[in-house]
Amino acid sequence: MKILLMALASTVALSQPPAARPQPAQPPARRAAAPQAPAPAVRPGPVIAITNARILPVSGAAIERGTVLIRGDRIEAVGANVTVPAGARIIDATGKIVTPGWLDAGVQMGIVEIPSSAEGTDDEATTDTRVSSAFTVIDSFNGNSTVIPVTRVEGITRTLVTPASTGNVFVGQAAVMDLTGDQVPDAVTKAPAAMVALMGESGAAVAGGSRATTILRMREMLEDARDYAANRTAFNSAQRREYARTRLDLEALQPVLKGQEPLAVLANRASDLLAAVRLSKEFNIRLVLMGGAEAWMVADQLSAAHVPVVVKALTDIPGFDSLGATLENPARLSKAGVTLALATFDTQNSRNLRQEAGNAIAYGMSREAALEAVTLTPAKVWGVADRVGSLEVGKDADVVVWSGDPFELTTGPEHVFIKGREMPPDTRQTELLKRYRTIR
Amino acid sequence: MRAFVLSVLMAATAIAADQQNNPYASTYQPPATRPTVIRNATILTAAGPVIDNGAVLLQNGKVAAVGRTVNAPADALVIDASGKWVTPGIIDDHSHLGVYAAPGIESLQDGNELTNPNTAEVSAEHSIWPQDPQFDLARAGGVTAMEILPGSGNLFGGRGVTVKNVPSRTADGMKFPGAPYALKMACGENPMRVYGSKGQAPSTRMGNVAGYRKAWQSAVEYRDQWKRWRDGGSDAAKKPSRNLQLETLVGVLDGDIRIQNHCYRADEMATMIDISKEFGFKIASFHHAVEAYKIRDLLVANNICASMWADWWGFKLEAYDGIRQNIALVHEAGGCAIVHSDSADGIQRLNQEAAKAMRAGAEAGIALTPADAITWLTINPAKAIGIDRQTGSLEAGKNADVVVWSGNPFSVYTRAEQVFVDGALLYDRNDPSKQHKSDFMIGILPGVSR
Repeated sequence: MKILLMALASTVALSQPPAARPQPAQPPARRAAAPQAPAPAVRPGPVIAITNARILPVSGAAIERGTVLIRGDRIEAVGANVTVPAGARIIDATGKIVTPGWLDAGVQMGIVEIPSSAEGTDDEATTDTRVSSAFTVIDSFNGNSTVIPVTRVEGITRTLVTPASTGNVFVGQAAVMDLTGDQVPDAVTKAPAAMVALMGESGAAVAGGSRATTILRMREMLEDARDYAANRTAFNSAQRREYARTRLDLEALQPVLKGQEPLAVLANRASDLLAAVRLSKEFNIRLVLMGGAEAWMVADQLSAAHVPVVVKALTDIPGFDSLGATLENPARLSKAGVTLALATFDTQNSRNLRQEAGNAIAYGMSREAALEAVTLTPAKVWGVADRVGSLEVGKDADVVVWSGDPFELTTGPEHVFIKGREMPPDTRQTELLKRYRTIR
Repeated sequence: MRAFVLSVLMAATAIAADQQNNPYASTYQPPATRPTVIRNATILTAAGPVIDNGAVLLQNGKVAAVGRTVNAPADALVIDASGKWVTPGIIDDHSHLGVYAAPGIESLQDGNELTNPNTAEVSAEHSIWPQDPQFDLARAGGVTAMEILPGSGNLFGGRGVTVKNVPSRTADGMKFPGAPYALKMACGENPMRVYGSKGQAPSTRMGNVAGYRKAWQSAVEYRDQWKRWRDGGSDAAKKPSRNLQLETLVGVLDGDIRIQNHCYRADEMATMIDISKEFGFKIASFHHAVEAYKIRDLLVANNICASMWADWWGFKLEAYDGIRQNIALVHEAGGCAIVHSDSADGIQRLNQEAAKAMRAGAEAGIALTPADAITWLTINPAKAIGIDRQTGSLEAGKNADVVVWSGNPFSVYTRAEQVFVDGALLYDRNDPSKQHKSDFMIGILPGVSR
């Protein structure tokens, strides 16, 4: 019977193609060298109706007893009065909460398996100092990483995978990946999604020990990249001055200089955040600040400059880079009107993004702002809001059904869909639990 | 009342002994306090079921009474805790505050004496920087006592000490009177990596074990040497020379110093139990114990606690088999389950870590109540450290180490509002004058209020 229903659903799917994908707000930076997810096809597929749920679409007001309709890989309908097609699989979510899938950032999921002891599974960093901005994470991405299922069963459906270290101020190109467990190119939502660079203490550490040389090297590379773009022919016939970096690095910076790809700068100290803003204005670059422990201290400037900030909410231990760190950082930034996303910067425990967001609320952020900061805002910041981040018709069906309040520690996801596919609840950890649930 | 007097007497005796024999004895003095009664609270005592709408009386630094109602003296300060929860102070049995202080710069890397695989002669108390601002952050998370351990780079990392989380100018002023010393031992990857990479022993797990056994054998011989000398009349001219490293190990053999053993893997914990039997010492707790769930029967049979994280896993191979049910499974087996931090972040939110472990347990069909979970944060770590006679539960006669929470402590939205140590209000979220700031934070960001 169930098979028959599914077949019926497929027929319905074929006869009613989902809405056309909305155009992205900004043209994605697509470069010939980078593999992309295949062009969105109108794919038939099973129809799933999540009914009677409290729906938090993020893009609009909460719907108290509504339905999310998934067809194939897309969201077909969201609302209080959605007609469920005959044959749809129905998930009765009475008393449950439904949100879009969450997006974490600053993790190395898929490019590192075990950071400190399994040599050969770490691709997030390189000691090859000839590589800088050309480093790209998707060339290493492993969809079979055990970290992916452990993370997605907790409601995180996409991550911004960032390179960790190339020993240079420009660390390389990050990508938004889905957590289906698919390989490249299927798992790629957007690549490159950002160029990552280091400033502040970590930037100084790779630029001879001073913040001044960090900025000097960044300026040099950006100027070289500009010069190179205007003189490719001369460069290729060796009739141009020597550049500080290789052709590959200079090519990789072109989308940044054209404003097609944001520059994600890791920095924490207030003065460093302002230095990054100055540099971005100098080169007319789209800047995203990551870390931002002292961002609240310069919130008005960041808001005025329309610079988004990605913060780890649970940051309050003072360092000389972050003397002003406070758990109220997200709330203060949010209230100052800064575009704010939350992130864990923790590959193995990206799943604790919920705890980060819950604490941001406990320290003054509104619930609505906190949910937006883990869904739609990061989707916008990383240029994938045309596909994910909210429960809107035509978007990818990244949908999570929560047993209760998504921010609370004693609740959890009961169903996780990525691109319309329900993710299995099993992980390597649940397998270990099964094996040791009783001891002989 | 009798229990109360006895415990005060015992504590006084312990302090006296501590101060007579130890050149680094605690100088902590409980402050004079006004009697305080906390009423209308949901109380988790860590010594029984939840008390709804109950009261606690704090008097002379002790818990004087706890129950549905208590008789308070007329001059008592009354705190109406309607809608709030009250628990014993949180105890972290694995902390490096003060020895890996903030800011985390090279000048403050005082936790790992990585110059020899056996540094049993060092003591964390001589690295603790009382001005570490992280003590204040931990207090705002309800932490009233913690065991400060050396790091895990050595087979024998050195002595650990238990401190009260009180502002102090000296480490001695924080030391918990009467608390036994710990000896930190470490299994697995860390000592192998540190010394193997220098081309010296140990470079393997079997090298680790050989290193432990050699040291314990020396300790046995050292103890016998002193015994022979005492049995032979304690002739001053023939007095053996003092060996500080072996003295610590003998303290363990004599039962005065507790083994706190960093150990992730089930098989390695089992080996450590074998070694403890070979040389006749007791392991108080396995720390991190990411695979405790695999040998929970063995831990129960040997009466060894497991000090665990709620969900840390996978950051190195020996942590790869970490599962979220570790704590719940040890608890269910009747073991001594402890939520520890090993982290200046985690120590601020141990209640949240316990909440995550509760959820994980529920998912595996293990029913856990707040009254269960509070034991992981209070009385169980107190047992592992050896301060459970003094603190760790709300029972008449125990130290008045108490936290008033804004609500259920196992909710992400709940925060510690008031924190008492020995009946003294040392933190109040609603009173900036009761939010101590270490010297380090004074004037460092002019005009900025964090």
